[in-house]
Amino acid sequence: MRESVFERLPHASERPTKDHLALNVPVEKLLETLQVLRDEFNLNLLTDVTAIDWGVDAHPRYTGIYHLYSLKKHLTVRVATDCMDVVEPTLPSVVSLWPAANWHERETYDMFGIRYTGHPDLRRILMWDAFPHFPLRKDFPLAGFETDLPAADVAGVTQAKVEPAPMMGGPFHAPQAGAMSKREPRAADQSWTEQTPKPNKQ
Amino acid sequence: METEISIGDTVARSSQQHGEEPLKGDSMTLNMGPSHPATHGVLRLKLELDGDMVTKCDPVIGYLHRGDEKIAENMTYNQFIPYTDRLDYLAPLANNVAFAIAVERLAGLEVPERCQAIRVICCELARISSHLLGIGVYGMDTGALTTFMYTFTEREKLYTLFEELTGARFTTSYTRIGGLLRDIPEGWLGRVNHFCNQTLPVIDEIDKLLTRNKIFIDRTDGIAPISKQDAIAYGITGANLRASGVEADLRKDNPYSGYEQYEFEVPIGTKGDCYDRYLVRMEEMRQSVRIVRQVIDKMPDGPWYAEEAKKIFAPPKDKILTSMEELIQNFMIVTEGPQMPEGEVYFEAENPKGALGFYIHSKGGGVPYRLKIRAPSFCNLSILPKIAVGSMMSDIPVILGSLDFVLGECDR
Repeated sequence: MRESVFERLPHASERPTKDHLALNVPVEKLLETLQVLRDEFNLNLLTDVTAIDWGVDAHPRYTGIYHLYSLKKHLTVRVATDCMDVVEPTLPSVVSLWPAANWHERETYDMFGIRYTGHPDLRRILMWDAFPHFPLRKDFPLAGFETDLPAADVAGVTQAKVEPAPMMGGPFHAPQAGAMSKREPRAADQSWTEQTPKPNKQ
Repeated sequence: METEISIGDTVARSSQQHGEEPLKGDSMTLNMGPSHPATHGVLRLKLELDGDMVTKCDPVIGYLHRGDEKIAENMTYNQFIPYTDRLDYLAPLANNVAFAIAVERLAGLEVPERCQAIRVICCELARISSHLLGIGVYGMDTGALTTFMYTFTEREKLYTLFEELTGARFTTSYTRIGGLLRDIPEGWLGRVNHFCNQTLPVIDEIDKLLTRNKIFIDRTDGIAPISKQDAIAYGITGANLRASGVEADLRKDNPYSGYEQYEFEVPIGTKGDCYDRYLVRMEEMRQSVRIVRQVIDKMPDGPWYAEEAKKIFAPPKDKILTSMEELIQNFMIVTEGPQMPEGEVYFEAENPKGALGFYIHSKGGGVPYRLKIRAPSFCNLSILPKIAVGSMMSDIPVILGSLDFVLGECDR
């Protein structure tokens, strides 16, 4: 399987992995790769579409991850592709290959702000439509930012806002780097603690 | 020009008013949920109706979104285990096991046989518990209230067993990375066996109440069929995929936690309609009982956690209190988390609702860099806009009941 995949897909390079076969492909070859894997290697079930954010300074910043499963051979293959654009990340949509990708891509757009070109209905799915941020980006704090309520009529009367969560309660764990004095267990997200004030709306 | 027409004859009256034009009603938009007993959680459906016929269905999810994936990036692997309880909260033990195995795959760690066997019992009892609820409320959706009473009586017994095992009825948090919270209590296996003996006759009784019930068949047979091709294209997994006639069960195909040692059948449906989805779940419960009995027979002795994994599983309490080495070990695991190597894994377990997957990208240390939860309910629900169209409004609760989803997992 492994040799024949790389033989058939010369543009794919091997991706370090702990379990399944994993490929890195350039973004312009993504659709072709997935189609070949589906049609010629029997990887007919698209189980998962997601992304990773490598941090504000990284370039490329986002990597799209696809997991395919073969109901015949009982194998999983991971396909990864980097988004070249840092400011407005885009990836081609695979809804034309698997309708299953529809909700997965909506979720990834909702969480990371990656736009899928060719998606029939790219709306937010878990957060409300007017939510201004992309929560799984690394620059979004665990506590969240102050934002408007989804219901504008209620917010107009009550002046209520969606407030950041207080982070003083944890979760606590010790960072593994740095001086001993900095290594006592602390909340991973320091955006709102006793020392730093509550973050305002960006 | 007024003509005499009888008051009850609305068709004649309206054709009188509109002249020769044929009757044409407007479509109606109906908002169902998010707080509706038939949507099994906080699911909201925007339905477009033409009379009683659904012409468009747009599910709105996210009302239970808690940002579990963001939370996971900020805590150690063991700290995240209680959050997995709250994914599919009808089968928390199965989620605990799936997460623990995913992280163990990352560490390249094999847990002892006894630990694996206990985990299999946990998964199968969770499956019985989830399917009992699924079928109970499914019966209620179709108007058969009695089944709900039967299934909840059985579930109560299960919760007593879970409480004895884990200390909690619902939020079990039973697994740890590299082992379990504790070994099984004295005599617990006997009580599980006793439960198995009691529950099989009850499953037969539910069978008698529903399977040949004329009303139940009328409500479910031929409703919202999912073809094999559609089921695969939409990424459906679990009992819903098997009901469509696809033989796919991760316990058989990619055995984990020692499932290859146990004999069981994988029931599959033929038409993939609501009735088949019910039948598959009924048979799965019997097969789960069969697995549980085999595990009880074979239950191996020995350690119930990975003793050699000193940086992952905390040592026993009495050693922590008496030995310096173990005290340091415990301190490091509690404060920095179980130490994982760099790398990425994707592990899927056959949960009651379908394939629950965890994709973990680690940069080393005790905290995942990225953790993605592949929720079966999310994928199974995504086919709803397709299968709901063309069915009657009154079938919507039946379709939702037959898909057997949980919003806690869908929204994460």
